[in-house]
Amino acid sequence: MAIAKDQEAPSPELMLAFYRRLYPFKSIMNWLNHEHVPTKLYTHREFAFTLQGDVYLRYNSFNTVEDFKKQVCTLNPTRFEIGPVYSARPRDKKTIRPGGFMPLLRELVFDIDMTDYDSIRTCCSDAGICKRCWAFIAAAVKVMDSSIRDQFGYQHLLWVYSGRRGIHLWISDKEAMELTDEQRKAIVSWIAVVTGGKDSHKKVNARLGSRPLPPSLKTALEPLAHYFGDLILTDQDCFASEEGWQALLHLIPDQSVVQKLQDKWSSDSGRSSAQKWQDFKREVKGSSQRPALQAAMEDIILQYTYPRLDAEVSKHRNHLLKAPFCVHPKTGRICVPVDPDQVDDFDPEEVPTVGQLLKELDETMAQDSPEGEEHHSDSDRTSLKPYIEMLDRHAMALMDEVRRIKRDADMTW
Amino acid sequence: MFKKGERKHSTTSSLKQEHPEVQLHSTTPYPHRLNFYDVPPVFDVTLEEFESAALARLRILAEIESSFVRNRPHDELKTVTDGQCKKYLPLNANTASLADLQSERRTDHVGHFVLRLAFCRSEELRRRFVKAEMTLFRVRWDTDDTGERNAFLKSRSFGWEEVGAKEKEMYKEELMAVPSSIKQSELRSQSDSGQYYKVRWTRVPDLVEKRRVFLKGGWAYVPEREQSSIVFQEFQTNLEKALDMTAKALPRLDEDSRLIPILNNLSQGFLAGVPSEWLSSSSSSAEGSGVKAEEIDDLAKKHFPMCMRNLHESLTRDRHLKHMGRLQYGLFLKVLGVSIDEAITFWRRSFNKITDDKFNKEYRYNIRHSYGLEGRRANYPAKSCQQILTQEQPGPNESHGCPYRHFSEDNLQSALLASYSAQGLKTTDLPEIMHTVRAGHYHVACTRVFEITHSRGGVKKGEGVGGGESVTHPNQYAARSRELEKAKQEKAENDRDAMLVDG
Ligand SMILES: [Zn+2]
Repeated sequence: MAIAKDQEAPSPELMLAFYRRLYPFKSIMNWLNHEHVPTKLYTHREFAFTLQGDVYLRYNSFNTVEDFKKQVCTLNPTRFEIGPVYSARPRDKKTIRPGGFMPLLRELVFDIDMTDYDSIRTCCSDAGICKRCWAFIAAAVKVMDSSIRDQFGYQHLLWVYSGRRGIHLWISDKEAMELTDEQRKAIVSWIAVVTGGKDSHKKVNARLGSRPLPPSLKTALEPLAHYFGDLILTDQDCFASEEGWQALLHLIPDQSVVQKLQDKWSSDSGRSSAQKWQDFKREVKGSSQRPALQAAMEDIILQYTYPRLDAEVSKHRNHLLKAPFCVHPKTGRICVPVDPDQVDDFDPEEVPTVGQLLKELDETMAQDSPEGEEHHSDSDRTSLKPYIEMLDRHAMALMDEVRRIKRDADMTW
Repeated sequence: MFKKGERKHSTTSSLKQEHPEVQLHSTTPYPHRLNFYDVPPVFDVTLEEFESAALARLRILAEIESSFVRNRPHDELKTVTDGQCKKYLPLNANTASLADLQSERRTDHVGHFVLRLAFCRSEELRRRFVKAEMTLFRVRWDTDDTGERNAFLKSRSFGWEEVGAKEKEMYKEELMAVPSSIKQSELRSQSDSGQYYKVRWTRVPDLVEKRRVFLKGGWAYVPEREQSSIVFQEFQTNLEKALDMTAKALPRLDEDSRLIPILNNLSQGFLAGVPSEWLSSSSSSAEGSGVKAEEIDDLAKKHFPMCMRNLHESLTRDRHLKHMGRLQYGLFLKVLGVSIDEAITFWRRSFNKITDDKFNKEYRYNIRHSYGLEGRRANYPAKSCQQILTQEQPGPNESHGCPYRHFSEDNLQSALLASYSAQGLKTTDLPEIMHTVRAGHYHVACTRVFEITHSRGGVKKGEGVGGGESVTHPNQYAARSRELEKAKQEKAENDRDAMLVDG
């Protein structure tokens, strides 16, 4: 299990310096606003602040980036969250007639958290996370990213590390922004496969009877089978312990197969997960119940590797989600964007902390540059730079699309 | 009636047959039984038709809402709704040669648009209206003749694209693998042409939720067997948009002050969760049958709903009732069948702490007045649940109102047990009742109490006061209760007679 390095809550002074010198307010605005000049996407957007001492301030909104930065530096929150675009400015909420204030637009968001994998990962527990168990998140990102692009046709997906042991996805396509709560609920049900409470063994029930998996899951199965081999059988060795292989047996629908495997595995405690999976495969080949058992094998792969969503986050337009580049209040790590193509190589323990960034900054400042230079370029001097560039590229693509749509609209006149 | 410039129609004018716009399609303005209500009525409508068409529809929608609250399975909801429609808002197929199809469809058309006006005015009302209307449309769709349904589908664009052969071939495997609620074997026997319709996925969230479509690039490939989902969603989306537009346009309608009270009344009734008024004229034989003053106490214990039980108990306990309580209870007793003479006797005996002189001076006139024998000589009807729920709220020392709404939770529960345990109401029944009360469905709670306290008379859960109908009027509650008792007595007598003959 990984012992996290320098994991301590950042001091208010550190936070304030971070907001003043490093936080990319402008990039965040571009990303939320899809244009350079603030529109309702920005001015009617709710920001919620969590202050020192867990005071929670909702319904803040800002006309400009400067206003926003000023307020953040005044309040010095431990973190802040982004909500929907409302029909009026959130800060005017109290003066608006009832019914005149409602959420209109909102990125479609998803939240995947390591907590939901606690029953299967063997390397860490509770708040802990390491490169090894990150592979669960990596598998989830791969599957979600490609299926949302392919099935729903969305292109503007931003993955953001949550600062401790999870990842958020923000989708900013126009259609995604406009989804109603009902449609959000539908997309969550479409994607969510691993359901069922703590007390049920079988958590995947995606097929009707013994019929084949729906096409969307069939597609996901192939990459997940690789993760299953590497991650579940080899790295995590999930079926090594008795508890682990008993859990596996619960998912096998044929009692005679279960009995045979049980006898074999309880008499040979040294069999690895990979060997046990081979044992199971052999039994399936020779069984008269082959189709049902093959279906069960597919379901097992899904149960151990398919994305596990915190569904409630996605279902409502007015759900708040922590802003990218905030500092995790426990670990001090920055919530940086993650490139889904590089997600396998992402190491949560390598993500810069706020303390580290300010140290980097001080070191480079000592080397050259007189005092009082423009602060926004400060981030260029730190290891935060590539992450901000990632967000900027993402925002640029959104802005290009808005420009293109506007131009097309002009041509029709 | 909703056309610009035509709003100032005269109250008395009936449909102008010579109206050019009606003549345009005067042969069959309504070729289909199903209606998407894309076009508002453009003919003149009398105020009476305006109101009666709306009331008939309101009754159906309110019953649909009750069905949701009571968690009726869809099939049961369908049966109940269909039964209610046949009674109050018939809408026959083209094949029904005897029915006056055009006039039925006109009532359906007018009623829908009147209720749009009444229900566009708050978010809550809009949401509930859309849900109920959608369900009504669905029930009608399900009961529609296949041929007529297809003709309706062809009559308007639903914005779907038929999936071409090339694309179908390309995604053959995926399309085949889409799960269906219908079994493969049944599928083959069905007349499924294997056609698919392409729409944006956002138009069929219900199918996406259940993974009943193939999705590619945001397009949902909907199998023909699920086509109705697109239609229902389209109906819902259309209606939501239309209500928003109507809400914005409504202030202009306020000029026509005659409509406003009607619209207010309609939306209030729906908010109170009560269907339109139970009409005492259509009521049973059990009432009006000369109830004697001394019988009232016994009737109260056996047949009165909680509101009247409460008034009766208060009167017995305090030997007095405040004005609003006297009014609510007095009119109820009148409709129950207590004659004016018996009423005076009853009230005199009840108010036994005051002198004859005071009674004659202060109360006799009011009692006679409520019987239409003094003053304006109006025949005042008894108050309906809707009125009791929405009119003057009871103050601290008053006993009128609806206990389900106006009592605290504790008081309501003890009152229910005290009043109805003799008729079989148990503590274990309370959680369900209180749950309904908390959700604001007072009449459903009352209906449930009726079912429980009449289960010995054979009333089952969901049956309500007959045919699945909910309580909408205290007199309806009492009348139905007395009817059930009468039926039981008759049966007992018949059985006894039969035994005598056999013996
Ligand atoms: Zn780990």
